Amino acid sequence: MQSFEYANPATLQEALALLAPRWGQADILAGGTDLISLMKDYLHTPKRVVNIKNLKELEGIQKTDAGLRIGALVTMDELAKNADVRSGYKSLADAAAGIPSPQIRHMGTAGGDLCQRPRCWYYRQGFGLLAMKDGKSLVPGGENKYHAIFGGGPAWFVSASSLGPALVALGARVKLVSAKGPREVPAAKFFVAPKDEASREIALRPDEILTEILVPAAVVKSATYEVRQKEALDWPLATASVALTMKGNAVASAKVVLGHVAATPWEAADAEKALAGKTITPATAEAAGKAAVTGAQPLSQNAYKVTLAKVAVKRALLEAVKAPKA
Amino acid sequence: MRGTSGVLIMKTMQLRLTVNGETRQWTIAPGDLLLDVLRREGCYGVKRGCEKGECGACTVLLDGKPINSCLMFAAQAEGCDILTIEGLAVGDVLDPLQEAFLDHGAVQCGYCTPGMILNAKALLARNPHPSEAEVRETMAGNYCRCTGYLKPVEAVLAAAGRAPAPARSGRKAVKR
Repeated sequence: MQSFEYANPATLQEALALLAPRWGQADILAGGTDLISLMKDYLHTPKRVVNIKNLKELEGIQKTDAGLRIGALVTMDELAKNADVRSGYKSLADAAAGIPSPQIRHMGTAGGDLCQRPRCWYYRQGFGLLAMKDGKSLVPGGENKYHAIFGGGPAWFVSASSLGPALVALGARVKLVSAKGPREVPAAKFFVAPKDEASREIALRPDEILTEILVPAAVVKSATYEVRQKEALDWPLATASVALTMKGNAVASAKVVLGHVAATPWEAADAEKALAGKTITPATAEAAGKAAVTGAQPLSQNAYKVTLAKVAVKRALLEAVKAPKA
Repeated sequence: MRGTSGVLIMKTMQLRLTVNGETRQWTIAPGDLLLDVLRREGCYGVKRGCEKGECGACTVLLDGKPINSCLMFAAQAEGCDILTIEGLAVGDVLDPLQEAFLDHGAVQCGYCTPGMILNAKALLARNPHPSEAEVRETMAGNYCRCTGYLKPVEAVLAAAGRAPAPARSGRKAVKR
């Protein structure tokens, strides 16, 4: 690991003043589970690390009339166990609980989950975010079994965020603060498919800190279903997160968002249309799953993810309408 | 040196924390991992495994919560209370989990054992009577390449005063 200076600010304003206008100068440290791995592999070599763990204003989960406010430092364990999250935002609790190791759930934070870098093995082995060689991505002709089936490149990595699909489906916003002031970005616009090597996969700027996540209050039935290769620590192969507004037993409107199939959480508009006015049954859920993968463009080794995504949508829908456990 | 905002920026620093009930003060560099510092200071029960947060061999309890010490800068442990396997027994009296691991033959090479026992310790503190499924879910954070998890799971359930699920004996009887 390259040496660096460590800054321990006590307030958000102090922390913001320690950041730099360009990437590569300063990195923000919260749970550390991704940043430290990146630094060990020399993928991030910041001159300064800014520890934000002491910023009390970034902690806690609050339920208000407007919805849910989740501080960026809330751990995955807190999110998975919080009574308000479990009762009103099941898809979010599902996503947090899905992270397999208790150790990582205790360390990893909500803000860090959104800001973690892709797990793409080309990126992690130093080939760059887009794995470009001679103006062409190495991924389509290379080892691509865990890569994207949507989006058509040039970013073939998949968004690593566990919470992303649920937050997009729930219509959440993310608060980003710089020394100049705060701004709010819809979760759907926070994740970006970069077009060039110099860009990032999130809308956060180098001089900003993600301070909180705001989830609107809405009576929805929601669930997240993840397909994983193993029970030990890993990232999912495919995820589906659904949020349904109901009118009686029928779906008034649906949000269906796939995860780990594209460089961003992937909104499955065809599935959302297919569900409008329907009651959720195994048949309508299966039809929505089929609609969700319309337009998928699998690479040479990952056609299996189309099937996984389809099944994940079906199971997430059936889970969302299941009677809550007493 | 001071940053533009006047916040102290450190090249070396003093770390004050509690390890196994004793107050400690160590000089560390910002890049020192908690794993390295604990081993340097004699806590060899904290094992270096994958160094990626997957295997759980480096698990310690930080304010009662299991964490991977390979993925944490020691600097962030300022003021925290750390328990390593060295601090679990009280004098010569082993923790019930340690006794159960011995009684059930749950230790083979032993490399995963400290992390497993500490992770189980945190589980039992929160949930004194976990189901077998809950024990297995917790163990997802600890790789073991010897035991196949059967004996450690039995040991944790025994320490929690709960016999393993009856299905277990049926599974053992399967001829290979």
